[in-house]
Amino acid sequence: MAPKVPPQAILEQSSTAAEAGHGHAHETPPKGMLRWLLTTNHKEIGTLYLIFSLTMFFIGGIFALVVRLELFQPGLQFVRPEFFNQMTTMHGLIMVFGAIMPAFTGLANWMIPLQIGAPDMALPRLNNFSFWLLPVAFGLLLSTLLMPGGGPNFGWTFYAPLSTTYGPPSTTFFILSLHIAGISSILGAINIIATILNMRAPGMRLMDMPLFVWTWLITSFLLIAVMPVLAGVVTMMLMDINFGTNFFNAAGGGDPVLFQHLFWFFGHPEVYIMILPAFGIVSAIIPTFARKRLFGYASMVYATAAIAILSFLVWGHHMFAVGMPLVGQLFFMYATMLIAVPTGVKVFNWVATMFRGSISFEPPMLFALAFVVQFTIGGFSGLMLAIAPADFQYHDTYFVVAHFHYVLVPGALFAILAGAYYWLPKWTGHYPHLRLSQWHFWLSVIGVNLTFFPMHFSGLAGMPRRIPDYALQFADFNLASSVGSFIFGFSQLLFVAVIVLCARGGQKAPAQAWGDHTDDLEWSVPSPAPLHTFETPPTFHRPAH
Amino acid sequence: MRTLLVWLAGVLILVGSSQVALANGWNMPVGVSSLSGEIYGLHMTIFWICVVIGVVVFGAMFYSLFRYRHSKGAKSANFHENTTVEIIWTAVPLLILVGMAVPATATLQKIYDPSDADLDVMVTGQQWRWRYEYLGEDVSFNSNLATPRAQINGEEERGEHYLLEVDEPLVLPINRKVRFLFTSDDVLHAWWVPELAVKQDSIPGFVNENWVRIEEPGIYRGQCAELCGVDHGFMPIVVQAVEEEEFDTWLAERKEAAAEEAMGIDREWEMDELMERGEGVFGSICASCHQPEGQGSPPAFPALAGNEQLIEDADWHIETVLNGVSGSAMPAFRSTLNPVELAAVITFTRNAWGNETGDVVQPSEIAERLEE
Repeated sequence: MAPKVPPQAILEQSSTAAEAGHGHAHETPPKGMLRWLLTTNHKEIGTLYLIFSLTMFFIGGIFALVVRLELFQPGLQFVRPEFFNQMTTMHGLIMVFGAIMPAFTGLANWMIPLQIGAPDMALPRLNNFSFWLLPVAFGLLLSTLLMPGGGPNFGWTFYAPLSTTYGPPSTTFFILSLHIAGISSILGAINIIATILNMRAPGMRLMDMPLFVWTWLITSFLLIAVMPVLAGVVTMMLMDINFGTNFFNAAGGGDPVLFQHLFWFFGHPEVYIMILPAFGIVSAIIPTFARKRLFGYASMVYATAAIAILSFLVWGHHMFAVGMPLVGQLFFMYATMLIAVPTGVKVFNWVATMFRGSISFEPPMLFALAFVVQFTIGGFSGLMLAIAPADFQYHDTYFVVAHFHYVLVPGALFAILAGAYYWLPKWTGHYPHLRLSQWHFWLSVIGVNLTFFPMHFSGLAGMPRRIPDYALQFADFNLASSVGSFIFGFSQLLFVAVIVLCARGGQKAPAQAWGDHTDDLEWSVPSPAPLHTFETPPTFHRPAH
Repeated sequence: MRTLLVWLAGVLILVGSSQVALANGWNMPVGVSSLSGEIYGLHMTIFWICVVIGVVVFGAMFYSLFRYRHSKGAKSANFHENTTVEIIWTAVPLLILVGMAVPATATLQKIYDPSDADLDVMVTGQQWRWRYEYLGEDVSFNSNLATPRAQINGEEERGEHYLLEVDEPLVLPINRKVRFLFTSDDVLHAWWVPELAVKQDSIPGFVNENWVRIEEPGIYRGQCAELCGVDHGFMPIVVQAVEEEEFDTWLAERKEAAAEEAMGIDREWEMDELMERGEGVFGSICASCHQPEGQGSPPAFPALAGNEQLIEDADWHIETVLNGVSGSAMPAFRSTLNPVELAAVITFTRNAWGNETGDVVQPSEIAERLEE
């Protein structure tokens, strides 16, 4: 059933392969740092992306813990409001652009060629370049914290004119770093599209591709469509700050609301950029551990496409309080509610996949199941936020903070963790340590819900977001959130321990690490996957109906 | 039987936790305005719809997880498509959403109808205070945070309305339609009082409308809801809703006081009087950026104490306070403060913290410059 591995791929693992006289065309890679700096191998670049995003996840996490520490009880105890605002801003920017997005790109680099039977990404040198832009971008961004006047302090949404006329002197550096990160994303997206459309194994039609590949194909188009809009809006800021234009300065005839329209035209598809690949990962894991084919493959693809198209039409729901005309308000309300339909289809399909399956609860499945439940909770609060009249009460409160963290942390992040646990045997050749993984899972679930669930209540009770100090009636909710955040934050160290242990050794995993029924192409290569795979394209066999 | 128990337990947990959630202080307030109850109703309707869908979906999921365990020898079935089912679970949510959109649209139309207002109040956001102007009544004032810094820094015990108290609340009559006009002098702010179910951004260069008809007298508190800089967390809103007659009396008194203040422009003020008045104005208006001792927090907010340009050039100093500094955080105060307050605060900053210029700036002088 599964395609045969080309024999030379297996030989590649052995260090003696070249000496054995196979005369293979691969040059010996340079040693040490240079090897990583110059690599064009999709697996090595994938690893670089994943390590980078994990590092950023911890840096952004420390910023979040500074925020939660200050909010532990009423009053100003640990940091001044100036620094608090820099922490909320940097936490958001680092997590969105530095942790979640590169993590998905890293998974794409590793897994897309393996899942479609390609030897590498279509544009390997470009791939290297798009990765190495990221440390530059984020080094620059983090360095603003040390500049006079501090780093960005205007929220990750950087609304003008707070970020232009009233921004700190370091704002220009912030703009440059977003430009660089944006270029990286666009190049990465171009590469992924080129790979998927040109390098699939013979016989693999688009509708045969694993959903992770499908969701990434659609995500790449979203990236190419909206990252230039972000680049445009930050360039307009740059002009306002340094060259005397007045795009967003009302006193000079500019329009501060225009900023929000442009930002959210990027920002809403961005939300889906951070969740569509998660759908793909979960759609791979649930069938594996339910030992049953994914229910409604075609409708999954259509639902993903529908969500992507609708994502361009709903940006206004972030702006219900800016004073849009009634017709605009109604349009954005209806369009937003509509997104619940394809999203619902996905959740129903996952549940139907589990129904009458044969389910086991290995660590990847635990994270995937938690994803389904918690992402759906985030979806519910999203539906509530779509109701424009009620949104006047939710808007810019902790209810919104609860909503998007439910979608992004126990949503997107849990899917990334699920993906990491799922593919670690393929990457390292070993299973992740079971007990440690389970501790990591349960502490994460408890921590994340203790952090974010009470935020629904503090928001409904009237607590605005982005405040360093709060009225006494919000004290209990914030106490719970802070305790939860520390549990969640520190339990992520277990994940690092799991990865290190797994890279060093552990129970050996066979090629089909999660059972004989897994027929995606990545399970046809040995574990660990050799540096070069599918040099001869595999023949794709469609699963029997 | 076991399935039934699982279902029952799930329903009980959900109902139980939602009952807790409905308790006071955990949920959106029902509010006291003509529309706040309706908005609360929409909130609860969509909430219960989500709960029901959640019970069904999570119920089916957890049923499957328990019933079809690999460890209990479950064998997986081999279906992976069912067009009928898929059409049903696309169509049913769509119908639910249409059902939800109808009342939401009706409420939204009401919110968007500020016509026939009995009273117009201009609300201007400024870093970091609110300014209220009763249009056509010649009454206007600033509303600042009244919580002492000592409480924020933990040096004093925190009061009941910590961070939600102001020096002068917005006084509004009950049972009258009050139209708000929102704008801003600097960055974006958002005016929000949960009990009134009004939240609207105040945006420089724009005037947004919203309205309220308060149905119960009382004191209602809220906060700025749009990040507006360092002291975003410290610009509360307090609305004091009073009976109609009481409001009319209050407004008449304020008008009289404003007229009296206007008389003060023409007379000659003593240095001591101006210093005393100026210290108060500085404390409520200027100190949040330039700091209570005038030391500022550079580079964004320059020091005033020992500021050479300020000490040497009185004309530039007055000009800066009146018209602000374009492209910086320093706003124009010409319409925010009256001539007496402007003269007082300028005199104060020219003579406090060792800036001993001895200059006395008279309100009449300021009034003249304002007319230019």
